[in-house]
Amino acid sequence: MGIAEFLLMSLLVVLAVAAVFMRDLLAATVVFMVYSLLMAIVFTQLKAPDVALTEAAVGAGVTTLLFVIAIAKTDRREEDV
Amino acid sequence: MTTVIIRTTARILAPFIQLFGLYVIVHGPISPGGGFQGGVIVGASLILLALSYDLASAEARAGHAIRIAMDSTGSLLFAGIGLLSLLAGGVFMDYGIIPLPLPAAQVRALMILLIGMAIGVHIMALVSTLFLHMAEDHE
Repeated sequence: MGIAEFLLMSLLVVLAVAAVFMRDLLAATVVFMVYSLLMAIVFTQLKAPDVALTEAAVGAGVTTLLFVIAIAKTDRREEDV
Repeated sequence: MTTVIIRTTARILAPFIQLFGLYVIVHGPISPGGGFQGGVIVGASLILLALSYDLASAEARAGHAIRIAMDSTGSLLFAGIGLLSLLAGGVFMDYGIIPLPLPAAQVRALMILLIGMAIGVHIMALVSTLFLHMAEDHE
């Protein structure tokens, strides 16, 4: 595994953990979108361009929009329990 | 409350996104992509237009009935093309048996292309309906 792949994988783990622990749901959605874009790059590296195209279009595009609408209809901040 | 910058950018960008989506659909049999991916890209361009203008104009341009009709047409075409080979005496989606004045391999390629286009229409209507239905107010 090259240094570029190692950096990409490490960044993926960091972004996934950040998306889970973020208190601002809109920021978590944006982090999740960046995660999807990096995941598309990883799929391209793994020679699966079909999956990469789907991940970029659905994961980064449509899912993010649906999340943003859901946040706009509910609360943006997660309350302390 | 979108500005003129956002509206102009979206209006200029949308045809190119749609052209790329059509390219992905039509080149589905020979390159990465296909009906689903291309349909999502075309649907996303419609969502971009609906976001940059307002929901009312998007509804006026492509209303709920039109979108549902396109959705149903796409899925019916998908199933109907599969059933064509059943009518010709073969099994479901075995296109080589369809009696056209072409070699069997070319008939297969043509039918796979047609099925990809049917899926593209279906997914495009589905994605835009998903967005518009969630975004509009239910009060």
